[in-house]
Amino acid sequence: MKGTIDFYLTQMKLAVIVQFQYPLANYFYMIGMIAEPVIYLVVWSTVAVQQGGSVGGYTPADFAAYYLVWILVRNMNIVLTPYAWEQYIQRGFLSMELLRPIHPLHGQLAYFSGWKFVVIVMWIPLAILLSFIFKPNLDPTAWQLILFFIALWGGYLMRFMLLWLLGMITFWTTRVSAIFELYFTLELLFSGRLVPLSLMPEWAQTVANLMPFKWAFGYPIELILGKLTLQQSLLGLGVQLFWTLLALFFVRLTWRAAMKKYSAVGA
Amino acid sequence: MPTTTVHASNLEKIFKVPEREAGLRAAVKGLVVRKHREVRAVDGITFDLAQGEVVGFLGPNGAGKTTTLKMLSGLLYPTDGEATVLGFEPSKRQKEFLSQITLVMGQRNQLSWDIPALDSYELNRAVYQIPDQQFHQTLDEMVEMLGIEDIINKPVRNLSLGERMKAEIAGALLHLPKVLFLDEPTIGLDVTMQRRIRGFVAEYNRRHGATVLLTSHYMADVVALCKRVIVIHHGIILYDGQLAGLVDRFSADKTIALTLPDSSINLDGYGEVASRDSGRVMLQVPRTEVSRVTARLLADLPVIDLTIEDPPIEDVIEDVFLQGQQEQEGQGT
Repeated sequence: MKGTIDFYLTQMKLAVIVQFQYPLANYFYMIGMIAEPVIYLVVWSTVAVQQGGSVGGYTPADFAAYYLVWILVRNMNIVLTPYAWEQYIQRGFLSMELLRPIHPLHGQLAYFSGWKFVVIVMWIPLAILLSFIFKPNLDPTAWQLILFFIALWGGYLMRFMLLWLLGMITFWTTRVSAIFELYFTLELLFSGRLVPLSLMPEWAQTVANLMPFKWAFGYPIELILGKLTLQQSLLGLGVQLFWTLLALFFVRLTWRAAMKKYSAVGA
Repeated sequence: MPTTTVHASNLEKIFKVPEREAGLRAAVKGLVVRKHREVRAVDGITFDLAQGEVVGFLGPNGAGKTTTLKMLSGLLYPTDGEATVLGFEPSKRQKEFLSQITLVMGQRNQLSWDIPALDSYELNRAVYQIPDQQFHQTLDEMVEMLGIEDIINKPVRNLSLGERMKAEIAGALLHLPKVLFLDEPTIGLDVTMQRRIRGFVAEYNRRHGATVLLTSHYMADVVALCKRVIVIHHGIILYDGQLAGLVDRFSADKTIALTLPDSSINLDGYGEVASRDSGRVMLQVPRTEVSRVTARLLADLPVIDLTIEDPPIEDVIEDVFLQGQQEQEGQGT
C-alpha cells in the first residue's frame, strides 16, 4: 500500500512537471474550453430573460454558476479517451507500461490525476474573471463544498474506469470510432453538458438517472449549486461508486483475455 | 552446473493477420467475407540460457527475434509451447517476475520526452519500489559506467540519439534486473557510442551476474559480448552453439592472406583468388585443404607474409541464412 501511494504521488508530481513545461499551451487549451459553455450560457440566459426571468427554475445568474462550474467539471472529466487508445497501443506506450510491475491503469490514473491539479490552478483565475462578467449565483454551504470536492474526484474516477473499459475494445478491433461516437453522443445528451438536466423532459431525466453520464457531470454541478438535498447528494456519491466498481469488475474480468489478444504491434 | 534462467520449449507464436486484395471490389467483398492468414512468427523454438550467460540472438528482419523477446518478457502470449524465466511463466506477468527483468528496445523510449531523465528515474524508483539508498547507489554506478552525468539533467527531447540510448539503458537497469532482453540496443549509434554501450553491458553482466539475450545487426556487438549465439530464421532455430563453432560449421572455406614481392605471380592450383591488391592476395581455400596448400605456398613461392583467417562473421551469418532458406525451399517443393 505504501508503495502504491508512493507511486501515485511520484507519477502525479511528474504529470505536474510535464504540464508546467507548456503553461501557455495549457492556457490556450483552457481558453478554448471556455467557448462552448459561454455559448450555452448566453443562449440560456437570453431564453430565461425572455421567459420572464427564469427557465426551469434557472435564472441567468444560476446559468452563470452552472456553466462556470461546468468548465471545472468538464476538465476534471478528461481521461484517456478510447480514441487515444489506438495511439497508446500503436506507439508502444502500453507495451512499455506492461513491462513494469504495476498495472498500466494505475499509471494513467495517477498521471491524469496529477494533471487535474494543474487544471484546477488554471481554472481559478478564469473563474474569477468570468464571475466579474456573468455574476453567478453561487453560495454553497460547507457540506456542499466538501461533497462537491468528493463528487468531482468521484466523477473523474468513474469516467476514467468507464472509458478505460470502452477503450479496451481496441484490443479486439481497431477503428471502432462509431461505437465511441455513439457513447459520446449519449453522454452529451444525458450528462448535463449540453443543458441542465432539469430543463429536459421527465422521461429524459429518468433515462439520465439510469445511465452513468450524469453522475460524472451534471450531478456535481447541481450539488454545488444547491439543487440537491443532503440525502440526494450522498446518494449521488453512492451511484458514482456503483458505476466505478461495475466498470472495474469488467476491466478485471476482461484484462487477461485482452492480454492474450494483445499483439504488441508497434512496440 | 549453472542454473537455467531462461527456458523455452517448443515456443510458438502465430499471428492471425487480415488479408485483402487491392481495389474497390475486394473492399466491398471484405465487408461480407473476411479472410485471414496465419503468420508463424516463431515456430516451435527450444533453448536454455544459464545464469550469467550472454547470448547473441541473430537473424534477419522478420526472423522472429523480437517476437521471442516479447514472449519471454511477458508482452506477448505464446500460441503454444512453454517458457519460463527465473522460474516464472512470463505470460502470467507476475510482479515478482517483472521486477527482475528488463526489455530494452533500441527504437522505443520509456523515458518521458519533456522532462529530464532524472525525473523519469525517480518514477522508476517508485514503480520498482527501490529503497532510497539502493536507488542512489545504483544511479551513481550507472552514471559512472555510462558517463551520463551531464545528460540526465537535460530534457530528453534535447539529447542526441546516443545520449538518449545511454539514458534509456540506465533507466531500464535501475532496478538491477537479473535478466536483460536487449533488442538492437546500439541501432543507429556511431561506432564510439556502440563501443561504450557494449562495454557497459559487459561490465553490468560481470558485476551483477545478469543473464543477457541480445539481438543486434551489428556483428561487432555479438563478437564483443557473446560466446554463444542462437541463429533464427523464419521462426526456426538454425544454429545454437559457440560463436566460433558457427564459423566451423557453416563456412566451408578459410582465407589465406598472402604478401608476395610480385603481384603477377600465378596462383592457379592453390585456391580461388578472392582479391588482389598489389602484392597482397586473398586466397579462398577449402577448410580441409588449408594446411596442405599453406605448405605448398611456402615451399613454392617467395612468400613475405602469410596469415590464415576465418571469413568475416557477417559473411558466415549470411551463409547460414542462405543455407536455411535453401533447406526450407527444398522441403517445400
